[in-house]
Amino acid sequence: MIPRHLVIAVAVLLMIVLGMAVYAWQMRGRAAVPVATSDARPLAPPSAGPTEQLTLFVAYDDPGILRAQSARIPLPAGRQQRAEELLRALLALYLEKSSPHAIGVGADVRSVYLVDPGLAVIDLNAAFADTHRSGVLVEELTVASLIHTLSANIPGILKVKILVDGKERDSLAGHADLSDFYDVSAVNQLAIELSAP
Amino acid sequence: MRWSSYPSSHEAPPVVRREPRSRIAGFLFIAGLVLVSSFLLSAAPPKRLSVYSVAANYSLPVMQRANHDYVALLELLDPLGRVNAKLDGRRWRIRCNNVEGEFIAGQNRARIQGRATDLSSNFLIENGRGLVPVASLSSLLPRFLGGPVTLHEDSGRLFIGSVATHFTASLAAGTPPRLVFNFSSPVSPSVSTEPGKLHITFTREPVVAPASSTLTFGSNIISSATYSESNGLAEITVNTTAPLTPSFGNNGRTLTLTPASAASQASSPTPSSPPSAAARPAANSAANSAANSPGNSPPSALAPSSYPSAPRRYFAVVDPSHGGDDRGEALSSTLLEKDVTLALARRLRQELENRGISTLMLRDSDANLSSDQRAVLANTNHPAIYIALHVASGGHGVRLYTALLPYGSGDNGLFRSWSNAQSSFLAVSQGAAASISAELQKQQASVRIVAAALRPLNNVTAAAVAIEVAPAGSDLAQLTSPDYQQLIASAVATAIAATRDKLGATP
Repeated sequence: MIPRHLVIAVAVLLMIVLGMAVYAWQMRGRAAVPVATSDARPLAPPSAGPTEQLTLFVAYDDPGILRAQSARIPLPAGRQQRAEELLRALLALYLEKSSPHAIGVGADVRSVYLVDPGLAVIDLNAAFADTHRSGVLVEELTVASLIHTLSANIPGILKVKILVDGKERDSLAGHADLSDFYDVSAVNQLAIELSAP
Repeated sequence: MRWSSYPSSHEAPPVVRREPRSRIAGFLFIAGLVLVSSFLLSAAPPKRLSVYSVAANYSLPVMQRANHDYVALLELLDPLGRVNAKLDGRRWRIRCNNVEGEFIAGQNRARIQGRATDLSSNFLIENGRGLVPVASLSSLLPRFLGGPVTLHEDSGRLFIGSVATHFTASLAAGTPPRLVFNFSSPVSPSVSTEPGKLHITFTREPVVAPASSTLTFGSNIISSATYSESNGLAEITVNTTAPLTPSFGNNGRTLTLTPASAASQASSPTPSSPPSAAARPAANSAANSAANSPGNSPPSALAPSSYPSAPRRYFAVVDPSHGGDDRGEALSSTLLEKDVTLALARRLRQELENRGISTLMLRDSDANLSSDQRAVLANTNHPAIYIALHVASGGHGVRLYTALLPYGSGDNGLFRSWSNAQSSFLAVSQGAAASISAELQKQQASVRIVAAALRPLNNVTAAAVAIEVAPAGSDLAQLTSPDYQQLIASAVATAIAATRDKLGATP
């Protein structure tokens, strides 16, 4: 004979397990509804909320320059989220049909991590790097545009590291070095050089 | 007593007994996982058979069935002539250049032109493909092809006809001595390094062993070389105590391995002759062979201002960027950046040498060099200037790049990080870029100078400039135009010759 208290304990445990399973199943169904997982396009900045005046440094392939361009974008309050939305706004320009500096479909910023003191880590997705055009100038324009836009709008960034899919990579598309940290002062100087054809 | 007697029939509940079993099952499951994953990770690369013939050199996958190696006969013969095959039940018929063969699945006897031939194991049919044992190829193929066939069964190499490439190796006199390989046909091997060794791997060339598979040279720097074959490849391993610079000549028939001058000095370092900055970057670089030798360099670069006056063997180092698997930009469906940079580099070398400037090209074939290896090879030769060549389809004209370095990276005492090794030379590099720009502008070329985070510019301990050539107009064909390449090569060489004194005076 199995002791009664054991039977009761097992029955209670089974009920808990069943209850948890039903709850998990409902949660799973709820979570699956709003997310379109097959949509690989980068998220647009939030369309609602107060907008802010920002300066994006946009690459133009034809003369091979960086141009400052004002934009009004709604941005979240968090510093890290602002950095991500800022770069997504820049990428949205590059993904347009009439892009001055085309990047591959599906290119996106996965995350931006701001690590004190003064380090920003930009994590690009694999599509960004894998579909990027190869060439010293074209890759440099991309890197300078990302870093200069970030440092001009998010104060306190001194160094930037670029990752691809969370991992280190030697170069963006065979040329621009991603193995080391970028010094923001040096990139700002480079941006000045790149603003003149 | 009651407590002890009552549970006697009920104690030792199944749960208590099952616990060790479940632990054992869990342990067995994890052990199984570990075994399977270690097996998968340690799995040997797939076996291949390399075929060398006058018509084509190619390789095929080798399949193992019942402990015998097999290849698909149709795929093997296909590049060698007109071939077709037909399956009729268990009978498989193949016709190659009017020679007919008939094989029966599960039998080890075939008929070729009506004559019986024994196979070393049974003929197999898989998905309509006829598989023959590799060991039987040396008897089967002469019947189909009507000529001699040599099979290296253990290493998976098959030579059809007299196609073998022979080589000799000898040490050329000089200080330091150079190892010169002479091949009977042009070769284009890949060269890689590991500490103390340099590997020359032949994937497409029918290179065969010399009389002795081990060659000794009696030199402290290059002691010996060994020849080996495996899985469809031939490899020469050179044992050395110094980084070696490979260069090809005589249309790919000669390969010269030159020890880096600094490496020979670094083998006996003294306070007055510290090792070079080039002798210590990351793993796999050629410099590691020097870095791993006893008493060699520290893991950081010496400030260039403290360099000894090392002998300068080459005034200029020209680096055709990319090569091997690193194709660079695909300029068109048929044009790769790595090929155009090589052509441009050859012109530039010629132009520099015409002006009396000794020049080392970092690659003169489709070799794959890492950026660390490029920097090491440049640094160990102590050139006055390093020139990297790139080609791009986007934009117009010529772009000149100097290293993009962090601010304040110039004065950090005697030692400096590898990533900022260029800092003391940046001003000279910018001067050289300005000089090249001025000369190109004289030729009406559109020029621009900018900094770039482009390796290995920041690792080079000499004036270092990268040149990216784009078409002057919109026609990509201009990139391969001899006139356009000549114009650029000539202008760059003229600029370097004009600033020879300034460049030569760099630390």
